[in-house]
Amino acid sequence: MIKKRLVAIAALATMAPLTLAACGGGGTSGGGGGGGSSAKVDSLTVLDYYTDDPGKTQIQDMLEKCGTSIGVAKINRQPVPGPTLIQKVLQQASSKTLPDVLMLDNPDIQQIAETGALAALDDYGIKADGYAEGPVSAATFEGKLYGLQPAANTIAIFYRKDVLAKAGVKPPKTWAELRTAAKKLTVGKQYGFAFNATADYEGAWQFLPPMWTNGGDETDLKSPQVAEALQLWKDLVDDGSASKSVVNWKQSDVNDQFIAGKAAMMLNGPWQIPSLQKAKVNFGVVSFPINKPDQTSVAPLGGEAWTVPVTGDDAKMKKAAELVKCMNSDENQMLRAKQGGLVPTKLALATQFKKEVPAMAGFVDAVEHARARTGKLGSKWPDTAKIIYTGMQLVLTGQAKPADAMAKAGG
Amino acid sequence: MSDAETLATASQTSSPITDTGPSRRRGGRRREEFLKVLFVVPAALAIVALFGYPVVKNVVMSFQDYTLKTFFTGKAPFVGLTNYVAVVTNDVFSKAVINTALFTIGSIIGQFVIGMLLALFFHKSFPLNGVLRALFLLPWLIPLIVGSAAWRAILEQDSGILNVTLENLGVIDNPVPWLTSPRIALLAVILVNIWLGIPFNLTLLYSGLQDIPEELYEAGALDGATGWKAFWHITWPNLRAVVSVVLMLGVIYTLKVLDIILGLTQGGPANATQTIALQSYQRSFVEFKFGQGAALSNILIVISLAFAVVYLRANRRQVDE
Repeated sequence: MIKKRLVAIAALATMAPLTLAACGGGGTSGGGGGGGSSAKVDSLTVLDYYTDDPGKTQIQDMLEKCGTSIGVAKINRQPVPGPTLIQKVLQQASSKTLPDVLMLDNPDIQQIAETGALAALDDYGIKADGYAEGPVSAATFEGKLYGLQPAANTIAIFYRKDVLAKAGVKPPKTWAELRTAAKKLTVGKQYGFAFNATADYEGAWQFLPPMWTNGGDETDLKSPQVAEALQLWKDLVDDGSASKSVVNWKQSDVNDQFIAGKAAMMLNGPWQIPSLQKAKVNFGVVSFPINKPDQTSVAPLGGEAWTVPVTGDDAKMKKAAELVKCMNSDENQMLRAKQGGLVPTKLALATQFKKEVPAMAGFVDAVEHARARTGKLGSKWPDTAKIIYTGMQLVLTGQAKPADAMAKAGG
Repeated sequence: MSDAETLATASQTSSPITDTGPSRRRGGRRREEFLKVLFVVPAALAIVALFGYPVVKNVVMSFQDYTLKTFFTGKAPFVGLTNYVAVVTNDVFSKAVINTALFTIGSIIGQFVIGMLLALFFHKSFPLNGVLRALFLLPWLIPLIVGSAAWRAILEQDSGILNVTLENLGVIDNPVPWLTSPRIALLAVILVNIWLGIPFNLTLLYSGLQDIPEELYEAGALDGATGWKAFWHITWPNLRAVVSVVLMLGVIYTLKVLDIILGLTQGGPANATQTIALQSYQRSFVEFKFGQGAALSNILIVISLAFAVVYLRANRRQVDE
């Protein structure tokens, strides 16, 4: 008896890994199969990165309402944390289980479109007429539109109204004013200005306002315009107006410093507004200052777009495109902007939005001129971003002069 | 491998029970052999699936142009040594190698010396010994990412508690740029890693100390070997096996440390804390150059393997002695 049982156990144990492997294999063949193109679509799968409320519920409501309006009964939505989204997409791509509708951060669109995973929205009659230039160029790859972005954000200068008023300082409009204002506002434990200069894409993103505003370009990082922008960051730190810790401060750290009263001004985005309001900070927002009189302030475009992955199911893809269109309707653009502290990407709506929500005026102007990180370089952007943040760190830690930092960083 | 061995011995010890009579012995022996094999099969399969496959896949990947596209098209053309050439000729590579060496050596020396001293200290009996020893395990209980976030706050230049304390004590006049100066950041990261590694060293060395028979010390004391002499002639030789295990595991763990550096500096400032492990992570999961990431991790595996070989040889020599 005992022997028999032992044999059975051994056999079971041998089988276990095989069954597990079989399950793994079976799961992958799930959603890929192409149904008939005339089949009725009663559900769509959606992948996005709004895992926390209020955004999570707001997106859910909007998706469900759009689903109803296009005649799709069920939206199967799966939000995953932002940093893991691309990895999730890669897993799904290799197992042929991509969702019907996919949310992508705007600088990732071209890279994913290049792999052939996304369907061109032009094929479904979707055009981006009346949109600001930034979001369209971010979502365009080889002349075709792959994503539609309902609302955008960017970064601008936040300042503490009370602190500036007390010191008799006006919000800076030029780089010179930024330097003198920051210097004047540096008192005791309070720095005049705070920004993020970490060794990652976040640090590169925060360097773009000075670089682009000054006419610098990502295709030529060794230009004097870029060097001047590096010099500005260096001057602010050398003056003592910004902490040396900026090389290790993420945008959330910068916001913490601002809330704690350890920075009178900061470079940051509208997603920080809820925490500022919660902490009852009396703040104002202005676009990033310009260096020379003839310049306009240019900031990088942020925010995410809705895309339609190639799943092979024509009927579902058609419905998915309709869902993307609905998520970008005028009504939904305004709603999303108000809910998420964002700016509508259709220019006409942005103007109206500025009147309705004056507190966001500083960002509305910035978004109109906002430039997409991938607008010029497309999928080559990550390599350039790496050079930008490395060069920036070399300058701020005194290991290279602004003029040759980018060359030293591999640019 | 050890799994397979223990399973095999398990089947052996269970065999007397299954042999019920002499008449069934011959057939039973063959079945017994078969059973032994059956017991090994699951472990062997698990090893092949969980260790063999990833290693082979990683080696293959390092010779392929494995990028984002591969996930969608399934195509990863072979490119020979291109990935290895690309990672080795990268400007940051030599820095990463030096940093990896400094980080590993610094961490191991610090962890081992402090762990050893603490183990010797706790080996003496005194009140609250157990409580204190348990407290020293705390760093081990905290999730790494939480630990590094806490240390990032502690080491903050302007308002971090370490600088504030040192300034109040009058040890320093100006705040130390722990994580913001390229010259000091690596040292700061090593210090945090030492903090993290002490429990591991302390626990293993402490248990090694407890295995040394008390009589040896008593006999030694009669011959005049006390204090430092007792340590050198009794403790150290008896602890050597444990020490070599601790050091080898320590080296292999430390070579591949990633989370602490990611949490503290992300390799900055200005690449001052870049290591091979961090480079590998960034290539694969930030830049999506999976082929290059695999090449770097293979380089790490070879280095770890070299240490494992050194350990095995040293161990064999000890056994021979």
